[in-house]
Amino acid sequence: MQLISAFVAGLLFGGGLLLSRMTNPQNVLAFLDVAGAWRPALLYTMAAAVAVAFPAFWLARRSRHSWLGLPTDLPDRFRFDLPLIFGSAIFGVGWGLSGVCPGPALLLLSRANGDAITFALALAIGMLGADHWGRRTRVAAPPSPAKAAVN
Amino acid sequence: MGAEEIPIWHSVLGGALIGAGAAVLVLFNGRVAGISGILGRILQGDVGPGGWRIAFLCGLLLPALLFGPGLGRLEAPWLLLAAAGLLVGFGTRLGSGCTSGHGVCGIANVSPRSLTATGIFIGVAMLTVFLMRHGGVG
Repeated sequence: MQLISAFVAGLLFGGGLLLSRMTNPQNVLAFLDVAGAWRPALLYTMAAAVAVAFPAFWLARRSRHSWLGLPTDLPDRFRFDLPLIFGSAIFGVGWGLSGVCPGPALLLLSRANGDAITFALALAIGMLGADHWGRRTRVAAPPSPAKAAVN
Repeated sequence: MGAEEIPIWHSVLGGALIGAGAAVLVLFNGRVAGISGILGRILQGDVGPGGWRIAFLCGLLLPALLFGPGLGRLEAPWLLLAAAGLLVGFGTRLGSGCTSGHGVCGIANVSPRSLTATGIFIGVAMLTVFLMRHGGVG
């Protein structure tokens, strides 16, 4: 059952990304280009997504178990740390350079063009690098009571 | 090659579907639909209980495989793409989230942590685009 719901969730998510046309890097860059021909489309998409997901998270926060009886695993909402700040800033530079974030990067792979493959490979290396580095610094540091953020 | 004229119902309905996907995952599986987290864990060999991360990824990619030509194109100098990919991969894992995990799920979860992350990555991305397109860089 949990595989079916995860598959359906992915299907809705992927279909929505495609319909919103935010897989096209030029449409994302048009939103980010505030000094140029700015386009608000990404904002509409994000606002609609948040509006639909909001009641679901409201419900999920109030229960320790999901509708399938699985543990509700939501990240800490109030923890602020340097990795959050620096990581988000580093992501912002890459997103601004390319107009591609992880979801669209995967969808673009289905075209199997060289540029999409280059980006996805670099993305994977960057992710593995961050996780490897994160593990090393966590081992060096005293164990933290805060659960590692799962997102 | 510029931005497309996107009918507003595409933006709103597309966003609603993305939100519905996030809603299904959190209500049924108790999990956050964050692509960077899901992908990062899979790359570490952690497919999750029952392999749910793989199931999500299969669903995510299916519409693109069926309707590929609607995707748009990624075309840029390879060095720029490689650098951008590295930064996106490293940054999203370090910051524990991307546009989906922080931007959609985190904000829907009324998380100040995610709201902060989203403000930072959108702000920095806007600044980057400004420097690239209007600041004489690149």
